[in-house]
Amino acid sequence: MQLEELRTEGGKVKLPSFEYLRARSMEEAWALHSEAGGDALYLSGGHSVVPSMALRLQAPSRLIDISQIAELRGVSVAEGALRIGAMTRHAEVLADPLIAHHAPLLSQAAPHVAHPAIRNRGTIGGNLALADPASEFPAAVLALRAEIEANGPDGRRLIAADDFFLDLYETALAPGELLTAIHVPLPPESRLFGFDEIARRRGDYAMVGVAAQADVAGGVIAGASVTLFSVGFTPVRARAAEQALDGAPLSPESIARAQAALAQDLDPPDDPGFPPERRLQLARVLLGRVLSRMEPVK
Amino acid sequence: MTLHIGQSARRENARRHLAGRGRFVSDLTLPRMLHAVFVRSPMARGRILEIDTSEASACPGVVRIFTAPELNVRCTPWVGTLGHFAGMQSPPMNILAEEEVLWTGHPVAMILARSRAEAEDAAELVMLDIEDAEPVTDGAAALRPGAPLANPAARDNLCYEAVLETADVDAAFVGAAHVVETSMTFGRHTAVTLEPRAVIADFDASSGALTVHHGTQTPYQFQDVYARHFGLSEGKVRVIAPDVGGSFGMKLHVYNEEMGAVAASLILGRPVRYVADRLESFLSDIHARDHIVKGRMALDADGTILAMEVDDLTQVGAVSAYPRTSAAEGNQVIRLMGAPYRMPDYRGRLSVAFQNKVQTSQYRAVGHPIACAVTEALVERAAEATELDPFEIRARNLIADDAYPHVSATGYQFEKLSHQACLAKLHEMMDPEALRAEHASLRKQGIHRGFGIASFVEITNPGAAFYGVGGARISAQDGAVVRMMPSGDIHCAISVTEQGQGTETIIAQVVADQLGVTPERVSVTTGDTATTPSGGATWACRGAGIGGETALRAGRRLRDRILTLAGALVQADPASLRLENGAVVDGSGAARITLEEIGRIATYRPDTLPDGIDHSLTVAHHFAPTGYPFDFTNGIQGSLVEVDVETGLVRILKHWIVEDCGRIINPLLVDEQIRGGVVQGLGPAFFEECQYDADGQLTNGSLADYLVPMACEMPDIEIAHIETPTGDTILGAKGVGEAGTAAAGAAAMNAVNDALRPFGARLTQTPMTPLRILDALDAAREERTDP
Amino acid sequence: MKHLLSTTVNGEQVQEAVSPRTSLADFLREDMGLTGTHLGCEMGACGACLVLMDGAPVHACLVLAVQAEGCTVETIEGLTETGAAADLQARFHDRNALQCGYCTNGMLMSAQALLAANPDPSRDEIRDALSGNYCRCTGYEAIVDAIAATASDRAGRSETKTEAAQ
Repeated sequence: MQLEELRTEGGKVKLPSFEYLRARSMEEAWALHSEAGGDALYLSGGHSVVPSMALRLQAPSRLIDISQIAELRGVSVAEGALRIGAMTRHAEVLADPLIAHHAPLLSQAAPHVAHPAIRNRGTIGGNLALADPASEFPAAVLALRAEIEANGPDGRRLIAADDFFLDLYETALAPGELLTAIHVPLPPESRLFGFDEIARRRGDYAMVGVAAQADVAGGVIAGASVTLFSVGFTPVRARAAEQALDGAPLSPESIARAQAALAQDLDPPDDPGFPPERRLQLARVLLGRVLSRMEPVK
Repeated sequence: MTLHIGQSARRENARRHLAGRGRFVSDLTLPRMLHAVFVRSPMARGRILEIDTSEASACPGVVRIFTAPELNVRCTPWVGTLGHFAGMQSPPMNILAEEEVLWTGHPVAMILARSRAEAEDAAELVMLDIEDAEPVTDGAAALRPGAPLANPAARDNLCYEAVLETADVDAAFVGAAHVVETSMTFGRHTAVTLEPRAVIADFDASSGALTVHHGTQTPYQFQDVYARHFGLSEGKVRVIAPDVGGSFGMKLHVYNEEMGAVAASLILGRPVRYVADRLESFLSDIHARDHIVKGRMALDADGTILAMEVDDLTQVGAVSAYPRTSAAEGNQVIRLMGAPYRMPDYRGRLSVAFQNKVQTSQYRAVGHPIACAVTEALVERAAEATELDPFEIRARNLIADDAYPHVSATGYQFEKLSHQACLAKLHEMMDPEALRAEHASLRKQGIHRGFGIASFVEITNPGAAFYGVGGARISAQDGAVVRMMPSGDIHCAISVTEQGQGTETIIAQVVADQLGVTPERVSVTTGDTATTPSGGATWACRGAGIGGETALRAGRRLRDRILTLAGALVQADPASLRLENGAVVDGSGAARITLEEIGRIATYRPDTLPDGIDHSLTVAHHFAPTGYPFDFTNGIQGSLVEVDVETGLVRILKHWIVEDCGRIINPLLVDEQIRGGVVQGLGPAFFEECQYDADGQLTNGSLADYLVPMACEMPDIEIAHIETPTGDTILGAKGVGEAGTAAAGAAAMNAVNDALRPFGARLTQTPMTPLRILDALDAAREERTDP
Repeated sequence: MKHLLSTTVNGEQVQEAVSPRTSLADFLREDMGLTGTHLGCEMGACGACLVLMDGAPVHACLVLAVQAEGCTVETIEGLTETGAAADLQARFHDRNALQCGYCTNGMLMSAQALLAANPDPSRDEIRDALSGNYCRCTGYEAIVDAIAATASDRAGRSETKTEAAQ
């Protein structure tokens, strides 16, 4: 028999003690973070940080409230891209006309993100920084081929979404670096978009989800971008499926080839509650439905 | 004047909740109150080697940390057996684990601190050293010879077994034209009341009085439990159940944590508060169901049911619940099988097994969903075998409405039920022919819909036959004190309790009608052992049937008292007077004296009354059912679903129910009991399941992972009534709290299987998850290609 | 170390020293005595703790009290006192759209926000707006009915579905 010292179970619902500080600028945020020697978390909406601390899954000594920092706010178009400030709340993503026009996958994803009250408070930056592989926005950002704007003491950088989600709850953000915005390249008017997910109940984490965009030029697909979520430790770009689509007309045949190609793209982890082959099966079904319903922005 | 019984009166006490003025135990703060947090076993089975609380004890705010030696001595152990369950065993249980931990979440230490947060801080620093042992998780394996013991204090893993049979059951199967079989699995689920379990125990050493504010359905039962197990006189124990945020049977069991709060308060002489957090609720509230049933049904050539045989294995945790046991559900499962049908022969076997999981016990519609689902699945298979329509096969077999009284093959005595009328009404509501036509045309478009129906019988209004005969101190009777105030207003203190069903509202309606006043003039007090008479309280649908009758009879006694007094005052024969519109009226309907005037004279001027007349305007009455040992209600439900055969997702499109709860006191409240009950039946049919891994760890014990039915997934529910009052009482109400839950899942499963019929797929396990539906479709496909 | 929190609760200016780890829900319930805000899961799943923060429903269990600095917070008690939801509350009462009452606060908050944003919601839209509000007692239909009836009332239409008790 294995003998081990174990931590206790149960009775976890109140947060452990921590120091709360409000940063008014990025510089102040970095300084407060560095001063804590890395034992600090940034707090925006708090809808991931607060429950994880209440469950005592993490216990940073300091929370730095970044909600007052101006650079994190606003939705605007400049230099051929849509810039969505990190503090933009899910409900604002859902309602924003600029996002609906230029990044419709985010607008389509937003109603699936949890429930109305969560959307009133949760922020897109916090959501992306958490990098939950079952979450909608990371997959949408990946499909949109967006860039993540990060600001740290060493300066500002743009990280391609493809390079941002590294592993389960792990991103390319450096310690102390702030996720400040999402940049989405402006799409041509004719671009087709599709988003859907399969969930047990409205607002539940998806069993599988798909975000896709594609251009059709001369009757054939060009630059298909297909992302799946709830299929692994990160949102997954389905590159084999994209290749199956590119250069072909959007037809039942090309869609079937893309569905078949998913076997190369996905390697769902073994979940006793939902075996990998079933997840792949659902991914194929959903991909077929999403691709056959793709539409341009109205 | 208009009677109020039968009217859709709104609930006066709902106004408080709408204004945010509910008063739940979890809202209460008392001076010097301490907050309790329990340190729990992280493993399902093991031996405690060491519990080190030294670091935790030094935490700010911590007042005391108890382990078993200091706390359990304050409490005598409890044993969850009943005398009439012959041969049943269950080892004694006490507050904290003494040597062995028996399930994941078994409390091993109790921390008391000035705030919940500080108690949690300390809990993190309690070091447990537990030697891991192999848990018993599978009930069937647990019953094999030589299996390791789930509970080392038990003889073996068999908690209880029973067989119920008629003499000719084997012959019935031998002679049958058709025998259909099924094997079904019913997942574990749990109540998930929105307010978790909550208790504040407040022992005042100066007076020796213990007051327990306890979110429970059964305050009198707990008054008795606390007095006996803590060595207090019953008169020194007061239990107050204020507003209770959902209960559904879950809050009438004895739990380690509530007993711990009382013990700690007795030791420390301070109020001790324990409110379960949601994760703890999943690890400590009773779970329900967890049955594996094999069943078969014998029919003759024209589809007449001859017999059923079932074998139910239920897995109940490491110890039987107290004081109602964990065997009562299984017992009810084997007794309710085939209940709606004219079925002469039967054999039911029950095995109740111990295992290292949270204990199971009574939860809304105890046993009914299992008995109903098995019976109705077999009837559905029988319909296929005999090529009869689902309505037709039921029409041939339901007990005829004019064939009562009837004794079922399992020994239940049915006074008067209305299965045929319910079936006819449901047929009219559902229009199955139109549905069939629509479904056929939708199938051509790849849309797969199905409907299913399920008849049911619900057991209600138990007298002593449930528990009292087995030695449990669970009241079979209820009591009411009804009094007229000097103003002529009425007050009723009654032992049935309110958790939002509308108990207080219907009691006011019943009392009002006896006394000729409007319900607005009747105030009702419930839920406090110091201010209401002792009784069984609210469970097994007793509120209307037994509580209502108690109030009615108490009201009539007060009426007689008032009329006697009025006769003396107005110089009339009391027999010629009656109460109407707040006054005493004579045979012509003329008002002779108001209640207010009687109240004034009886209270302030009794000197003006004739000598020797009884002017006390308070009466008490206790009522226990006599005649039939239980009442039965009946009905039938219908479900309409659409199955996405590519994803396994099901949309529940519509639900119908025809229900006969006897006299309807308040149609608005009856319908809402039914709707809520149906949804608590649909939840476990499609979503709810406590999932365990092989190590006995509950893997989905949070509200994010355990799926309760929500607004988007639930259908609108159409309700109709047949009203067959019981003749056992004056009121005639039978109860309605569990009818919806009893058959909703059975109807839904038949609907899903109807939708899947062209694919040859069939579901036999709940919840019917997308994965299980896809598995069933694949299995059917394999069977077709590889017969 | 406690923080001095300045916020507006139900129209009243409040200055209180709070510990950073105190949730807004615990602050309202324990420091302000506003126990109409209920706790059912403390992880943002059940919806019993919804309050209006700057006018929008949020989970008071997921917000730290210190995050309410400079905000306006409205609870069920406040909503009741201003009468802003009196018609909605009356319809809930008529339709018996509550039993134990523990979820009711959250249901009213979600309904109030829905009707403000969408005065003429379909039944599906109402159900969607309640997707994060868990009720174990009613089966939801009565709640949907009550909200639909309030929408009709506010639009000056006559009662749509079940005419409830007299």
